[in-house]
Amino acid sequence: MAFNYDKYLRLEKMPTLWCWGCGDGVILKATIRAIDKMGWKQDDVCVVSGIGCSGRFSSYVDFNTVHTTHGRTVAYATGIKLANPDKHVICVAGDGDALAIGGNHTIHGCRRNIDINFIMINNFIYGLTNSQTSPTTPQGMWTVSQKAGNIDPTFDGCKLAIAAGASFVGRETMLDPKKLERLLVKGFEHKGFSFFDIMSNCHINLGRKNKMQSAMENLDWIDSITTPLSKYEKLTPEEQLNMFPTGVLKQDTEAREYCDMYQEIKDVHQGKRKVITQDDFEKKI
Amino acid sequence: MSTREIISTGNDLSARAAVDAGCEFFGGYPLTPSSEVMHTISDLLPKVGGVAIQMEDEIAGICCVIGAAMSGKRALTATSGPGMSLKAENLGLAQMAETPLVCVNVMRGGPSTGLPTRVSQGDVLQAKNPSHGDYKSITLCAGSLAECYTEVVRAFNLADRFMQPVIVLTDETLGHMHGKAELPTLEEVKAGIVPRKKFEGVPEDYFPYECEGDQPAVLNPMFEGYRYHFTGLHHDKNGFPTEEINTCRDLIQRLEDKVELHRDELELNEEFMCDDLEENDVLIIAYGSVSLAAKEAIRHLRKDGIKAGLFRPITLWPSPAERIKHFTDKIKNVLCVELNIKQYTAEIERVSSRLDLEGLYKVNGRAISPHEIVAKVKEVF
Repeated sequence: MAFNYDKYLRLEKMPTLWCWGCGDGVILKATIRAIDKMGWKQDDVCVVSGIGCSGRFSSYVDFNTVHTTHGRTVAYATGIKLANPDKHVICVAGDGDALAIGGNHTIHGCRRNIDINFIMINNFIYGLTNSQTSPTTPQGMWTVSQKAGNIDPTFDGCKLAIAAGASFVGRETMLDPKKLERLLVKGFEHKGFSFFDIMSNCHINLGRKNKMQSAMENLDWIDSITTPLSKYEKLTPEEQLNMFPTGVLKQDTEAREYCDMYQEIKDVHQGKRKVITQDDFEKKI
Repeated sequence: MSTREIISTGNDLSARAAVDAGCEFFGGYPLTPSSEVMHTISDLLPKVGGVAIQMEDEIAGICCVIGAAMSGKRALTATSGPGMSLKAENLGLAQMAETPLVCVNVMRGGPSTGLPTRVSQGDVLQAKNPSHGDYKSITLCAGSLAECYTEVVRAFNLADRFMQPVIVLTDETLGHMHGKAELPTLEEVKAGIVPRKKFEGVPEDYFPYECEGDQPAVLNPMFEGYRYHFTGLHHDKNGFPTEEINTCRDLIQRLEDKVELHRDELELNEEFMCDDLEENDVLIIAYGSVSLAAKEAIRHLRKDGIKAGLFRPITLWPSPAERIKHFTDKIKNVLCVELNIKQYTAEIERVSSRLDLEGLYKVNGRAISPHEIVAKVKEVF
């Protein structure tokens, strides 16, 4: 039986402002199905979004929703989660949100390993504001702010998240909604910071100016630059240079989650345990 | 009022006040001379089950506080001028989304990095409009050690009443001053807590931003069955983005009117030795730590046969326009004393319609001494 989205959607807000053929809707539906699979009650979920096309995500889904300032989703979500550690907090951000203006918050959310699910919708461009360069825009592509061709090196959000300490890092594209849903469920089940790089098309503001006129052409390009991790690992370094691995790229189930660790701070101050020292951690520098 | 005596610093007292007022969340970033607020509260909050977190920057400090406050908690951040500049955009979101929170600004010399360890009152105008756009800021200003406590308590209650950020200005002098403060008892503080309004009906009947033109939104805590939307965009009665002409106008007008039409609930002043002032006597207008020196100066002046008094606004914004006008209409010799260049004097000139006010302004990071005020009064009047 087909999945009924009605319960989770703010139907009066439909249709969305996303362009015809945009991938954001596919990601929205996969997120809803993943939440449904988790069995989370709508009242127990908070969705926090940033600015841009992806920023509108939060207004379409029937949860506790917050549309924040540009780049600050993780910072807002950190307050919500720490104050309500038993609730489920999902951030939805664009590539500009996550890696440009909000890069610092992304780094430190990963580092703290707080139990927030961070979905970066990566369409390689600032779409809503008409084609400015984003941190993930490939070098050499046309953007409205670099009409001579983008010279800024392309940023791999997953590598950043892994290095910064996120305990779950995964990448999928909106080309395979089932796979995407499975990845989201894995990340939602994981306790700790889950970083998702979800690639999506923006044929309107990236594709049209870069020889990908239609959604399908834009998606073909995404298909051509992604491959499952198992295949990616068999590629030569030269081949890997132009390819993004998909699937679960990192999962560390041993890493300690921040709200849990903060509980120990409370325990210290409430006299329930002795002061935390370096002996309490595996890594002793 | 039953009281208790505590020997402490202004920053420590601000932190204690927050916890006593029911604050459950603190987010911030180290910034001289405000850091001791974080130092104290990071011990106190976990003790009572709350959370204090040092974030990665000033912006994250205010953002996590807004997040916690949206979820229904009383929340505090503390900083100084450079941090206020960084927090400005998100203070604007809290104004727009009507999120109550308290932001303590322990003022230091500016602009820019300025004089990190020295006193100033240079953020008074910034506190009036820290963020872009139209809204009405509420700014309180502590004038003593005790008020570093009582004004933070009052700020929490006002934030929940008006559903917006409330800024409490203290300064380096007060923040680092160590001394005896006479405070209301804990029981009294607890008894005075007025939590934010809550909608009790069924979710179908709940429209968080549908309210009278002079009233704040009624925003229920998250996770309790009332699912709605927060946004910094212009929004409708459910909190959803809209560009509808009348809705947009009514929203911004309401943000103004909910404060402007209820200024009487906000106004708080001290009138020190003002009762016997006549036309040719001297009125000093000062606020914050400067008022301590002004009071001492007034005692000296009176000993020397010059009748002087102090008018001290404790709520700086909105300004106590009528009361200022009452005094400036009556008294000819008015001296404004500030640790900045005419920032509040400009407001006094505006509400008094007078351009002949004398001023003593100091911007070298040092406090104004009673002697300087006495000398200035004798020089100009």
